[in-house]
Amino acid sequence: MFSQQSPFIQKAPSVTWVMMLVMAALVPGIIAYIFLFGFGVLLNITIAIITAVIAEYFILKIRNLPVKLFITDGSAVVAASLLALSIPSIAPWWIIVIGTLFTIIVAKHMYGGLGSNLFNPAMVGYAVLLISFPAIMTKWPLPISHLLDFNIGQQMETFFYGTKSLIDSVSSATPLDYIKTQIFLNKPFELNFTKGMPLNSYFNASIIISFCFLIGGIFMWIKKIITWHLPVTFLLSLILISAVFWIIDPSRYLSPLTHLVSGGTLLCAFFIITDPVSGPTTPKGKIFFAFGVALLVYLIRVFGGYPEGIAFAVILMNICVPLIDSLTQPRVFGHE
Amino acid sequence: MNLIDKIFKFNGGINAETKKNISTSMAVEKIEIPKKLILPLRQHIGNMPKIKVSTGDYVLKGQLIAEADGNVSAAIHAPTSGEIKSIEKLLIPHPSGLPDYCIVIAPDMKDQWIKKSSIDWKKIGLDQTIKLLLNSGIVGLGGAAFPSHLKLGLNRTNKIDTLIVNAAECEPYITCDDMLMREKSEELMKGIQLVQELLGAKETIIGIEDNKPEALDKINFYINKKSSITAKVVPTIYPSGDAKRLIYLINGIKIPKQKRAAEYGIQMFNVATIIAIYRFINFGEPSLSRIVTITGNLHKPRNYEVLFGTSLKDLIKKSGGQINKNNTFIMGGPMMGFKLPSIDISVTKTMNCVISAEQDMIEEKNEPLPCIRCSKCAEACPVELQPQELFWFSKSDQFEKAQNYNLFDCIECGCCSYVCPSNIPLVQFYRYAKSEIIADNIAKEEAGIARDRNDFRILRLEREKKERAERNAKRKLESSSNDKSKLIEEKRAEIAAALGRINKDEKIK
Repeated sequence: MFSQQSPFIQKAPSVTWVMMLVMAALVPGIIAYIFLFGFGVLLNITIAIITAVIAEYFILKIRNLPVKLFITDGSAVVAASLLALSIPSIAPWWIIVIGTLFTIIVAKHMYGGLGSNLFNPAMVGYAVLLISFPAIMTKWPLPISHLLDFNIGQQMETFFYGTKSLIDSVSSATPLDYIKTQIFLNKPFELNFTKGMPLNSYFNASIIISFCFLIGGIFMWIKKIITWHLPVTFLLSLILISAVFWIIDPSRYLSPLTHLVSGGTLLCAFFIITDPVSGPTTPKGKIFFAFGVALLVYLIRVFGGYPEGIAFAVILMNICVPLIDSLTQPRVFGHE
Repeated sequence: MNLIDKIFKFNGGINAETKKNISTSMAVEKIEIPKKLILPLRQHIGNMPKIKVSTGDYVLKGQLIAEADGNVSAAIHAPTSGEIKSIEKLLIPHPSGLPDYCIVIAPDMKDQWIKKSSIDWKKIGLDQTIKLLLNSGIVGLGGAAFPSHLKLGLNRTNKIDTLIVNAAECEPYITCDDMLMREKSEELMKGIQLVQELLGAKETIIGIEDNKPEALDKINFYINKKSSITAKVVPTIYPSGDAKRLIYLINGIKIPKQKRAAEYGIQMFNVATIIAIYRFINFGEPSLSRIVTITGNLHKPRNYEVLFGTSLKDLIKKSGGQINKNNTFIMGGPMMGFKLPSIDISVTKTMNCVISAEQDMIEEKNEPLPCIRCSKCAEACPVELQPQELFWFSKSDQFEKAQNYNLFDCIECGCCSYVCPSNIPLVQFYRYAKSEIIADNIAKEEAGIARDRNDFRILRLEREKKERAERNAKRKLESSSNDKSKLIEEKRAEIAAALGRINKDEKIK
């Protein structure tokens, strides 16, 4: 009945195509991850996608929805990949399975499925894992260590049996984690960025990965999948807020650059907060939303109990979306 | 920067493939008088005109056969000389597919004109001219079919400074205005001069999309630096031809849905309408024909100049018939037109274009997915609405909310549906919500009237009851006082009689 009415022509990329482009935009970042942290990242992504698709299939069956239509939309694959990229590459397989199941079943389908989820599904999955398994979720391998003494066999071993077998030299605290501990212990910290030291190699790795996500983000912007509002506001706000604190006391607060490249800031800017379903739709609303996330990310990173605050910041701001949208309605053509 | 160079781009819009060149390769072909003309009485916005002829009458070309009924109405004239065959209900070009009153004429092929006389409008005055225009049968030929005399008469209440000529023709496929400008540019320019004078406007701006260079060249030939007429080229972005969008593109004035352009000193006419007005004033010729684009999935797509009432089926046959025989035709453009229930209909004043549907227009579209709030629709909306919110409210029957989000500002241009990755037929949802709200308002109004009547009835009953009670009380009082006095008098009489008897007895004693 619907096809009987105008407009009779249409030219729009399908949801599936949009999701495929998002996956394509993730590729540079994934390659950088594999190069720097070993192919454990790829294992994580694979197991996450497989889990997501299977979970999606059964949930759609249970909910009596057209399986083929929804399973091919690609949204589950994107959510699973984003979750997998947030999890350390040396995490065991069951961590990823639990996170993905939570993402698909609870965060996505229990809220009504595609288009209805109130919270960013990947971030809900991540938050659950971070709260439940903080030790595993904050332990990253040293960049490029997999090329030296952390061979493929050991990587497979950690994937299946966890990090117990892992020698200490290959994992270390990330800069954000280190500083948080130092501040907590009320000790002055020293960022030893000299060559060969763990912090330096993390820092360099972060810059490479951030740059790759930036490329992916620009690709999505050119393809008109995202607008500039969210990423630009988020990054500028984070730079601005961290700069203020840094200028006040550089010995206690990290520089804006460190904040910019640490803990997936760029992944968040281009791939996490740009999730349309759980984000605001008005241009002004996007600016408020992105600023809110940036502020919360900074507060949680610096003053909160967790070394990384993106997941919590995004979830908290998701709650505000209906309010933001209703308060930022643009002026209709010709209205005063 | 000069105002004339500046283009005020409205939000969004779409860049659809124009597909205009399919029907512009050949000149406009004038169709000879057909064997039968079917003239629907409803070809315009407003009241149905009153029939002035009866079956068997002989009419001349240009003779009034139906007269405008009231001010918001338009007349209909015989497009050629001949006999009135019948007045009956036949199919008309309307999405409902329901028959309506039509006058059928059998032409005698002599094409004999009624006595024509030009109008010296300066002598008889504007009011008189507009009265004459009421029965010229001229309506907006861009597709809206709003009676033109109403638009010309508005300068009596609003001062019109600018005449904007709508030559944008933004819908894909349609080329009738383009071809008209190419072939009748001189007449058009004279018409513009005339309409500008009729309106008392100081200047005229012709808004034309940049995809019509040939038409623009023809127009520019008649424009010199001193003239008050200028042409302004606007970018090819649908819906630039929508009146309020075109005014914004040209003048930078945003006019809301509820207001008329005339309140801002602007009046707009379509190019074909201007020529119709010119021919009526200068030659006394009423609206009898138009140019119609027959295009799309056809062997020989082309523009035809046809008399109103000509069979559409014949035109399609003349265009070589469908390449892909799907028997589906769209009247108007692909963005805002409607599917014709049948092609056994005639060409009317509103018929600017008929598209033989291409396969992708009628294919069953992929099943819609839920809205993912990507806000592509908001980016495309030329009215700066939030279509994703309106969709949500329309779908969940939250009509009050939809109205708060300015549902009625929606012009149903279809840009939102065009760009939706989830394939949601958004415009249909808005049409549904609008019709529900309108029906609801009518029901409320009727309920209001009924309530008022009931309240009045109750009031009346109470008043009557009160009045009756008062009347009874009064009557009772009156009657009771009468009874008493009668009784007293009777008693008095009795007493008097008794006293009389006593006196009598005493005398006897």
